[in-house]
Amino acid sequence: MAAPLLEVQGLQKYFPVHMGLFLRRQIAWVKAVDGVDFAIAPGETLGLIGESGCGKTTTSKLILLQEQPTAGTIRFDGEDIFTLQGQGLLRYRREVQVVFQDPYSSLSPRMRVGDIIAEPLEIHTTLSRHALQERVAHVLELVGLQPDVAPLFPHEFSGGQRQRIAIARALATNTRLIVLDEPVSALDVSIRAQIMNQLEHLQQTLGVSYLFIGHDLATVAHISHRIAVMYLGQIAELADSLELCAHPLHPYTQALFTAALPSHPDEKRQKLALSGEVPSALNPPSGCRFHPRCPHAMPHCAHEAPVPKEVAPQHTVACHLY
Amino acid sequence: MPPLLQVSDLQTSFFTFGGTRVVKAVDGVSFSLHAGETLGLVGESGCGKTTTCLSLVGLLPPAARIVGGRIDFVGEDLTQKPPGEMRHIRGRDIAMILQDPMASLNPLFSIYTQVAEPAYYHQGLRGRSLRQRVQELLRAVRIPSPELRMRDYPHQMSGGMRQRIVGAIALAGGPKLIIADEPTTNLDVTIQAQYLDLLKDIQQETGVAIIFVTHNLGIVARMCDKLAVMYAGKLVEQGAVRDLFNAPKHPYTKALLGSIPKLGSKEPLYAIPGQPPNLANLPAGCAFHPRCAYAMPRCTTHEPRELRFGTDWTVRCWLVDQADKEPYGSATA
Repeated sequence: MAAPLLEVQGLQKYFPVHMGLFLRRQIAWVKAVDGVDFAIAPGETLGLIGESGCGKTTTSKLILLQEQPTAGTIRFDGEDIFTLQGQGLLRYRREVQVVFQDPYSSLSPRMRVGDIIAEPLEIHTTLSRHALQERVAHVLELVGLQPDVAPLFPHEFSGGQRQRIAIARALATNTRLIVLDEPVSALDVSIRAQIMNQLEHLQQTLGVSYLFIGHDLATVAHISHRIAVMYLGQIAELADSLELCAHPLHPYTQALFTAALPSHPDEKRQKLALSGEVPSALNPPSGCRFHPRCPHAMPHCAHEAPVPKEVAPQHTVACHLY
Repeated sequence: MPPLLQVSDLQTSFFTFGGTRVVKAVDGVSFSLHAGETLGLVGESGCGKTTTCLSLVGLLPPAARIVGGRIDFVGEDLTQKPPGEMRHIRGRDIAMILQDPMASLNPLFSIYTQVAEPAYYHQGLRGRSLRQRVQELLRAVRIPSPELRMRDYPHQMSGGMRQRIVGAIALAGGPKLIIADEPTTNLDVTIQAQYLDLLKDIQQETGVAIIFVTHNLGIVARMCDKLAVMYAGKLVEQGAVRDLFNAPKHPYTKALLGSIPKLGSKEPLYAIPGQPPNLANLPAGCAFHPRCAYAMPRCTTHEPRELRFGTDWTVRCWLVDQADKEPYGSATA
């Protein structure tokens, strides 16, 4: 793999839990992200998949510098992002952008579309009024909208068009990495395919990298080059997306594939071997965090945490079975 | 055997601005459902799926009215029932499961009170037999240690458990038909799979018929026997799930099936161009023609009629209405 654009190493984020109104004793930690490693190459899409509460969003917040980590580093272009200051910090904020799930709440209803897209440019560049408008028109065309929609307000657009506006805003500043936090979950089926195709097309023409966060296996597998499966703050398995679909190794990944909905009624259906629900990250199980729900659990799974192992080229699994 | 539910030419409209503006949310919908069957009602937001279901149970908002058609349920026309009688049918014979369990459970009442209510009113159970019935229902939806958990309140339960409680309430009156309006949209994938398996098991045990309202064709493939595809207030195609997945006749069904990603395949998705239409301002002719890859001049002016193939496959499209041999042939030319 070429030099990674973004490199996450040993990332941890613990949130303290307090009790009592006045004394505020600290009683425990929520281990939202607990030792996560991955890298994203230029022009690559890494899919991050997992159920609610597994730490996907906390990971994205750490990358977006909205949280400070408890331990670990994130390097962008070889530089530790948590020590960035001044011009370096501005450059990082310019080159890493985000698109959220719900385009109804992520766009200000009081701003015109042109102003929404121009805002990051006003902060980060010294473009003239005219050059700014040209840049806005250019990114609107990139995402498949007419440049003359700039003076309209977000309420005049449908959900799919709003998501295009959000993508245009993320692209405005010569972005190199976009964090896509469930960008199609809130959209209608027919619009979902439009946005997915648009994202793939943009990556091919602009070479931008994506971190695609989602919970729908088929969607994430379709758009991603590689997939990281997260469970309770840790990465259970990381592999090439086609390789992962063909040979899921971790029992949790296998369960996710069993739970995935079929694309045809004749597809073989297996009953889900998984019982129970995701335990709370407040008090995660000892050893392997998946062992209370795992159909293949062995006695030592309860004591020893598995270390990620590279079982095939570019395919790492954290499980005692391998 | 006559079907459990027979909806014929149902029309529901919204009347706004003092009745000066009429929006036809459901426009001539017909389908039937036998006991033990599952129907998937699929469509994009705003196509009239939910209005169809609310018409069935008589819970339409004040601005909406059923203006035509019949809903025959166990031999009786529900559109002619006074509200008092509908109250007895709802909860006892027809139950509904809604999308958001936190919004359909009352946060101020215990699980016991809420699950017991339909059994109290519709089956007349009291005292110990009522308590036993509630425990039985909670056990049926796989709530562990029901005698303890029934004293809990909704906020003490996880999302998957709350949705199972809503399922227990739906089952409490011993219904013949359950209408499930996107019941798993808010659930995680593994929890969703557990919930769908549970509904299947319950259906096998009780023989209840289910209408599944969803926009997820994967759920239809897993759960349903019949599929009805709705677009702009009309059923554009309906039939057996396998037939429609194998050889869809309507371009919209075809496009929907082509737009869902398949696991382990990187084939480009078919994106339906444009937006779903606004029901208040529908295009002339076939409502799908502005987005249709096979649109012909006739589609823009005349509305296609419902054409029947075999016993239960109906399509509304000019392509199959030409009595020609090649259904899609003329479109590519």
